[in-house]
Amino acid sequence: MSGLPLAGGRVSPYRAVLASRVRAQRSYRTGFALDLFGSLLIGVTEFAEVWVIFHNVEVLGGLDFHAILVLFGLSNLAFSLADLLVGHLDTLPTYVRAGTLDAFYLRPQPLLAQLVTSEVDLRRISRIGVAGTALVSGLVLEDVSYGPRELTLLAIAIVFGTAIFAGLFVCAASLQFFLINGSELTNSFTYGGSYAAQQPTAIFPRPLKLLFGYLIPVAFTAYLPTLALLGLPGPAGLPAWLAWLTPVAAGWVWLVGMLLWRWGTRHYQVGGG
Amino acid sequence: MSTPIVQVDRLTRTFRVRRKAAAGTGSRDLAAVDQMSFRIDAGESVGYIGANGAGKSTTIKMLCGILVPTSGTVRTCGLDPMRGRRELARHIGVVFGQRTQLWWDLPLRESFAILAAIHRLPAAQAERRTTELVDQLEMGPTLDTPVRQLSLGQRMRAEIAAALLHSPQLLILDEPTIGLDVVSKARLREFLIAERAERGTTLLLTTHDMGDVERLCDRILVVDHGRLAYDGTLPGLAATVGAQRVLVVDLIRPTRDLVDIPGTRHLASEADGLRQRIAFDAAASTAAQVLASVAERAEIHDLSIEEPDIEDVVRRIYLSMQ
Amino acid sequence: MGTYLKLFRAGFSRQANYRLAMVAGLATNVVFGFIRAAILFAALDSAGGSLGGYTKGSISAYVWLSQGLLGAIDLSGRAEIGERIRTGDVAIDFTRPVDLQTWHLSEDMGRAAYTFIPRGLPSVLIGALTFGLSMPTTVLPYVLGFISIAIGIAIAFYCRFAVNALGFWLLDTRGARTVYMVTSTFLAGLYVPVSLFPGWLQTVALATPFPSMLQVPINVISGKDTGTDALLLVLMQLCWLAVTCAAGQLLTRAGRHKLVVQGG
Repeated sequence: MSGLPLAGGRVSPYRAVLASRVRAQRSYRTGFALDLFGSLLIGVTEFAEVWVIFHNVEVLGGLDFHAILVLFGLSNLAFSLADLLVGHLDTLPTYVRAGTLDAFYLRPQPLLAQLVTSEVDLRRISRIGVAGTALVSGLVLEDVSYGPRELTLLAIAIVFGTAIFAGLFVCAASLQFFLINGSELTNSFTYGGSYAAQQPTAIFPRPLKLLFGYLIPVAFTAYLPTLALLGLPGPAGLPAWLAWLTPVAAGWVWLVGMLLWRWGTRHYQVGGG
Repeated sequence: MSTPIVQVDRLTRTFRVRRKAAAGTGSRDLAAVDQMSFRIDAGESVGYIGANGAGKSTTIKMLCGILVPTSGTVRTCGLDPMRGRRELARHIGVVFGQRTQLWWDLPLRESFAILAAIHRLPAAQAERRTTELVDQLEMGPTLDTPVRQLSLGQRMRAEIAAALLHSPQLLILDEPTIGLDVVSKARLREFLIAERAERGTTLLLTTHDMGDVERLCDRILVVDHGRLAYDGTLPGLAATVGAQRVLVVDLIRPTRDLVDIPGTRHLASEADGLRQRIAFDAAASTAAQVLASVAERAEIHDLSIEEPDIEDVVRRIYLSMQ
Repeated sequence: MGTYLKLFRAGFSRQANYRLAMVAGLATNVVFGFIRAAILFAALDSAGGSLGGYTKGSISAYVWLSQGLLGAIDLSGRAEIGERIRTGDVAIDFTRPVDLQTWHLSEDMGRAAYTFIPRGLPSVLIGALTFGLSMPTTVLPYVLGFISIAIGIAIAFYCRFAVNALGFWLLDTRGARTVYMVTSTFLAGLYVPVSLFPGWLQTVALATPFPSMLQVPINVISGKDTGTDALLLVLMQLCWLAVTCAAGQLLTRAGRHKLVVQGG
């Protein structure tokens, strides 16, 4: 028998599955290396876009290049972490179509918890690396003294920023119960949200500010924390101190996500798949 | 009176079907399961048969909490499958013939290990149970093979082991022997019989294969177009419908049509009487008796027996209920 | 010739089935269009109102044309031929009396033509209504522009075809396709106009067929480049068309040879 985590405790079923997925991915050697490289390339080109713009201008939306590094780093770190943990929820439509979602129903755990822990995509590590590098570089280049306030702010931003994106993935997955080829539709707010998060929200016209500030609150994942960290004022309607309310924004996204998830699974069980 | 393992009362499940008729598009409600009522007590072994699309899988899904009934009630192991799904999952084991519950790209032993963790089995118990099942189902050599590389027969045995790992009260098998060769089928049936004898596990089996039913089930539920058409024993069933088995004999020499054997009906002859097909009533005579009668009249080279097929039996039931 | 026309029509009508996917694509186009337009407007403001010859009107045109053309000019690296090579079904395709590459090109052109209706034109319209954009007032840029777009679609197809043709030798083309998609989208000028690249990066980009897929058609139809400049750009496109077509042909021939000799 392979090494079993000691049975007992509420976490061990999830740990068992995750550990097995990590082991499974280690066995796909060459494909994995190439995937890592591809992921790295994606992360680098995303940054290259920002870099090319700053080749032409000094300031964008009130932020200079070093500040943009922090913005880019925080937003991409949060998104990549969420993608690592929850990104595979986008395979839900495949399970539904193949009828294999039922296997999850036959196990004594909540459905969402099973799906979230059913996979962990180690390829995302390269993008996490790129984001982390950008963040650290930006923080070092900016002249900020790092005391407890700054460190707490960073921690809140990273943890709850990840939670916001993870919540968006859950919203997107829930909608798959209703849409047939719906994953492309939800990309508009998951990947769109990620793209919006790495821009200074100040550049958006008012309707978009409201959208990405409050409705799909990706401004909380990086822009507001960056402002608060660097002591900059925010644009009208989005003051810098809102950064401390990032957990609230995450709570809002997860509330909507859980409601949509319940709605979606109910639809699946009533509709018959 | 103890709680039944399965209690189903006027269970109904309709689907909205969009149809393009000559007059244009319209939708109507199709009843996949229609006012079904039955109960299964602990330790029973029930065969659930019917033609494709008769509503078998739909009923199973409702028993497991995957699908919500349109009306009527269902209780499995005393629980409401919808509300108590997670609790219920600890007491039932389900095998869906076509769809796997194992981890495709992992060695078989890892699937067992994960399932043991999922059901929170104490390590010693999990070890014991896995070894027991692996031995009885002869899966030792395949433990390190990734599930996707297993043959169909090996995979089915693995799925059944996986479903029994947590020693459930109720084992539901949805078309488990489909596509298996004769030897594999026989071994699987022997295992299920032994398992039941040892643990008293209740068995609910949907199948197209009358051999499965004969060997494994003491009771049969026949479903036709969503309705329960018969609930009783197999001999009772055969007697009820006058289902006929067919003896196909290959004779040494071309012989006249054997129309004069009592209790039989001569169906056809081929190759100038070299091969003859003789139907007999399963309730009235046994194959051995008919064979003996044929042997009195001609020398037999080879023989085979054709069982009444499910559709035929079901149709006869339905007709008999008109 | 008639066969290819039929294939074109087949590609066109097949796309008509994916209506929901088209709407989804349009939604994503629009969201990204809004964000990109906002970024580039802000960049223009920072640069004092003009950047690399772009004004707000012309850069908005660039954003919305690039979003709109994304449906037609497929930079993703996926192609149907890829799956057929992987499964070996391509062997059947070789027995047909139609050139494999031209066959798939015709279908792809049909597919691309369809996308103008639900994705291409609406994107540009939405952009015009929300951010405003400036387009040429004479006819010539549009005529030349559509020719340029058609060539761009074809170049994009030939490149995707070539990448997927690597499947004759590679077990899994996914890595190659990811690398292709990332480089193509960036160097084609999807994120930032190529003319805003630092000098050395522009040189790198122009050494590839990618700008000819997207940036060039946009420049021509939006009037960013006019007259002889526009004609020269189209000429450059034609050169890349020939090169990428030839690459695909060579790879297909080599692949076919491998199939026949080694049995796939």
